Amino acid sequence: MSDLFWILISAMVVNNFTLALFLGLCPFMGVSARVATALRMGAANIFVMVLTAVTVWFLNTFVLAYAPYLRLISFIVVIASLVQIVEMTIKKLSPTLFRELGIFLPLITTNCAILGLAIFQTNRGYGFLEGLFFAVGAGLGLVLALVLMASIRQQTELSDLPGLARGMGLVLIVAASLSMAFMGFAGLLSS
Amino acid sequence: MKAETTAQHDLVRGIWRENPVLIQLLGLCPALAVTNTVANSLAMGLATFFVLMGSSLLVSAFKRFIPHEVRISAYILIIATFVTIADLVLAAVVPEIHKALGAFIALIVVNCMILGRQEAFASKRPVSRAVLDAAGTGAGFMIAMLMIGTVREVLGNGSILGYSLFGAGYEPWIIMILPPGGFLTLGVFLLVLGWWRGRTEGAQAQVRRWPHGVATRRAA
Repeated sequence: MSDLFWILISAMVVNNFTLALFLGLCPFMGVSARVATALRMGAANIFVMVLTAVTVWFLNTFVLAYAPYLRLISFIVVIASLVQIVEMTIKKLSPTLFRELGIFLPLITTNCAILGLAIFQTNRGYGFLEGLFFAVGAGLGLVLALVLMASIRQQTELSDLPGLARGMGLVLIVAASLSMAFMGFAGLLSS
Repeated sequence: MKAETTAQHDLVRGIWRENPVLIQLLGLCPALAVTNTVANSLAMGLATFFVLMGSSLLVSAFKRFIPHEVRISAYILIIATFVTIADLVLAAVVPEIHKALGAFIALIVVNCMILGRQEAFASKRPVSRAVLDAAGTGAGFMIAMLMIGTVREVLGNGSILGYSLFGAGYEPWIIMILPPGGFLTLGVFLLVLGWWRGRTEGAQAQVRRWPHGVATRRAA
């Protein structure tokens, strides 16, 4: 049990996907202008991550043991079709939610955090439950990073900045300080 | 967009004026994750260059046979094939660098720069132009990787390609080879670029406008 808990915590803060491993930087830069959109994007990500973790576990256990060189190709196909299925399901069940998520849904396919999750899960040999906790932790970590970044960006929007600091440069500098703050969590694991 | 461009323009454009990392902010994940040493940056840059060239060539050659509805999946499959080749070759030729790069070789598949070039360029132009464009963009990516990698290794480790630069008295800035250093280096590059643009273009209005320009380019 405590192992599972540490997998979750480690994926969420210590090895935060965005701030420590540089995965999922596109949504981190692209949709972090508003807290509300950041939250919605994060929720969609957690959902796809959990589905991916389950499917990848299935693939690893029953298919890829016989054809390891197909790993990457089958993962990306699985992720692309998962996103497509999720998109169609949401469209059918709740057109309102579908319209709200808009372009964010298809964008998840090229989010490296999802493929990164699948690859890390495989490399570390996680079982079914471990993979599930890893996916939830990584997803929560992504939400945490996105929401933190969005709140800071909403604040800086109103402040008086020099012209050259208004682009992505500032976002990256803020990301650097956030990442530095998250390094403080590294002590959690060694104890 | 569909204006005629010369072959030379196709080649040169991606290197600096539309540099994928520094100007368009595409492919940031590898640009920040593996640039802690020059050697890693170089290997990653070469692998990405190879994948981009290969997939642009194939996508452009087969553009008539790829149905419009499934084109993204088809591009991803082509890219994934080349990434698998690059992964196996790197593992065989330079095993220690392959180990250092870890999962990030596989993650070239989801590098939005590569997919972006297929969608925006290779799927519409003849093979020769697609290859030129891929070479230019790939070179631009490599240049950006090397710039970030050099700054991070020199400051963070006091060395370049493993050779010590400053002697034993140098106290390395460890933070530069850790994750925050990646964000910081690229952030400073972007600030300097913004300042430089503001100066060369002269008009103060431009300085204030360029972040919005970047935003629309990213959305496109």
